[in-house]
Amino acid sequence: MLQEFEFVGVLSAITLTIPIVTLLIAWALRPKKPNPAKQTTYESGMETIGDAWVQFKAQYYIYAIIYVVFDVEAIFLFPFAVALRQLPLYALVWAVVFIVLLVDGLLYGWRKGALRWN
Amino acid sequence: MPFEIPFVQIVWWAMTACAIGGAIGVVSSNNLFHSALFLVLSLFGVAGYYVLLSAGFLAVVQLMVYIGAIVILVLFAIMFSRRMMKPTEDEMNRQWLVSVIVAAALFSWLIVVVNSVSWPVTSAAPTADTVLQLGLAFLGSYLIPFLVVGVLLSAALIGAIFLAREKVEAEEI
Amino acid sequence: MDWLVDWIASLQIPYLTEPEARFLSHLIFASIIAVAAPGMLIILTWLERKIIGRIQNRIGPNRAGPFGLFQAIADMIKMFTKEDITPANADRVVYNIAPGLAVISSILVFAVIPFVPGFIGADLSVGILYVVAVGGFGTLAILMAGWSSNNKYALLGAFRVVAMLLTYEIPMVMALIIVTMVAGSMSMAQIVEAQSSMWYIFTMPLVFLIFFLAGVAETGRSPFDLIEAESEIIAGFHTEYSGIKFGMFMIGEYVHMLALAFLSAVLFLGGWQIPFIDITQFPGLVSAILGFLSISLKTFLFVFIMMWFRGTLPRFRIDHLQNIGWKFLVPLSLVLLVAVAFVVRLFAPGSSSAVPVVPGALSALGAPGEAVALLAANLLVLAGTVSFVSRMARRSKNRQLRAVAAVEPVPAK
Repeated sequence: MLQEFEFVGVLSAITLTIPIVTLLIAWALRPKKPNPAKQTTYESGMETIGDAWVQFKAQYYIYAIIYVVFDVEAIFLFPFAVALRQLPLYALVWAVVFIVLLVDGLLYGWRKGALRWN
Repeated sequence: MPFEIPFVQIVWWAMTACAIGGAIGVVSSNNLFHSALFLVLSLFGVAGYYVLLSAGFLAVVQLMVYIGAIVILVLFAIMFSRRMMKPTEDEMNRQWLVSVIVAAALFSWLIVVVNSVSWPVTSAAPTADTVLQLGLAFLGSYLIPFLVVGVLLSAALIGAIFLAREKVEAEEI
Repeated sequence: MDWLVDWIASLQIPYLTEPEARFLSHLIFASIIAVAAPGMLIILTWLERKIIGRIQNRIGPNRAGPFGLFQAIADMIKMFTKEDITPANADRVVYNIAPGLAVISSILVFAVIPFVPGFIGADLSVGILYVVAVGGFGTLAILMAGWSSNNKYALLGAFRVVAMLLTYEIPMVMALIIVTMVAGSMSMAQIVEAQSSMWYIFTMPLVFLIFFLAGVAETGRSPFDLIEAESEIIAGFHTEYSGIKFGMFMIGEYVHMLALAFLSAVLFLGGWQIPFIDITQFPGLVSAILGFLSISLKTFLFVFIMMWFRGTLPRFRIDHLQNIGWKFLVPLSLVLLVAVAFVVRLFAPGSSSAVPVVPGALSALGAPGEAVALLAANLLVLAGTVSFVSRMARRSKNRQLRAVAAVEPVPAK
């Protein structure tokens, strides 16, 4: 297992250096003439009012929750998918029940309008 | 052989640094967003442990569920409830003494447990096709827990949608 | 990978033992990937500008070098030498980490791509999950960039993009589960092996469509490029980024696109396989060259399709985008998942090894039967979807017509 992941580790270490090297080269090459006007927040030339806190839609939060649930479901389905050919048929039926339970939740959200973008 | 690079030890120390450093960052940073990012570091270190323990599936699940989904949810929650760039709070509140006592008690209890249990160490090679075995177990001997997980996830989904919708409707009034 | 190890071992470098030779070969291959993947940016941007130029009846870049080939290099030099502005209100640390994380997350995918027979960085037994897991870092990078810029447009852009990424990740993961079911493994190398008789794009065209659509959405490219909906949110989450940091987000996007093309080739077009020819029977180098040519061709086919999308399709509106994701792709992928699961189980051969497996009811028909049944299942689901969607569309149209009729009473004659 460790041998399998050795390459991933090596690649992570090397890719980690790429942004660092890029930033260093750019830092050496680029001009550095900051002034306060340049460093203002870019908002089409207007002065920014307040900080960037905008009314956050609850919609995003609901999407994130549904996503987490489906992610966990997928984690359980992957081993099922690998083992599928060696499972008895009734196990497959139970797996379908498992999926239907989740679809149930999704349908509830759909009916409640949680999936509607407004 | 004149020298041998102890790769496993190096990786172990790096991962420990990630996990513990990240954990310290989570509690010591007074910017909530930074805390969440330190959490990523900490979780990444734990994923590294799983790899060292030959549990590749768990390691990848750790990355996918915790970093890919739960941290995103946490970040959303932070941005949902705080003002943007000033999510700073005092790290201490009235209950700091209680939490110190609870944390210390838990920590010492864990140390006692870790020292008193004789950990079974086996020299057998880990199973090759872990995921296949997992799949067979999920729909074999652990079928009931598997379905309970399904019900739990469904309940979590419905409950979360219900609560979040309540909040939206309350805000619109 | 093995022959690289063997070759390094054959050099007889003193004190170099087997594990170190392996480590060295990993180091070499990782360096090649880490440099080549971002390096492809030069070719990809040139290609994209040429292709889109042709689509729009222009010539495209043609000044720098032959056929404008050096245009991307000129752009790169420009990006390196531009002043880099960090807004005064930004959170400097997070602001600087975000573009790097975007690049890293997209390069890491290449660790599990089987380029030629027997040559894969890490043949993880959880290869497919690894791809999904690494993609999560990209999402994180976008949120970090949007938050740390402390700019309303950047933040709004980041939220939109992340919501879209989360939405489209679900059908993508479902498509990956389907591929895992049919191949019986999550290892990329074994998925390619499993396609030696039939590529999955022919047996499961609908699954491929879901995967590719969701994948294009994941790369944030047209027609899913809400990131760059200039008219609404300026430049989205990288509004405040300039110079090479903006360039790094570009690198991230293009490497992600390349990774998606490679993944599509591996998962659905048989990776390095060539139809009717078993290239593993040739000696090592020949099979490697043939395999690499094959996978590159397939990859560039998908890259071309993505550029074609960008040249022809208008951008989706955000509510349409979310509806397509949640109300179309997610249910469709779940239905397909169940259908394919039954087909695969029915055709599963039995075995009488340690754990006896009862053969499926139709296992006598073998692999060709399974392929036909998979195709039939895909087409059936497709037909069902089309009729269902058209019925819904008609109903919603009628409802709207009735609503209009109710508001405007028919003038009396």
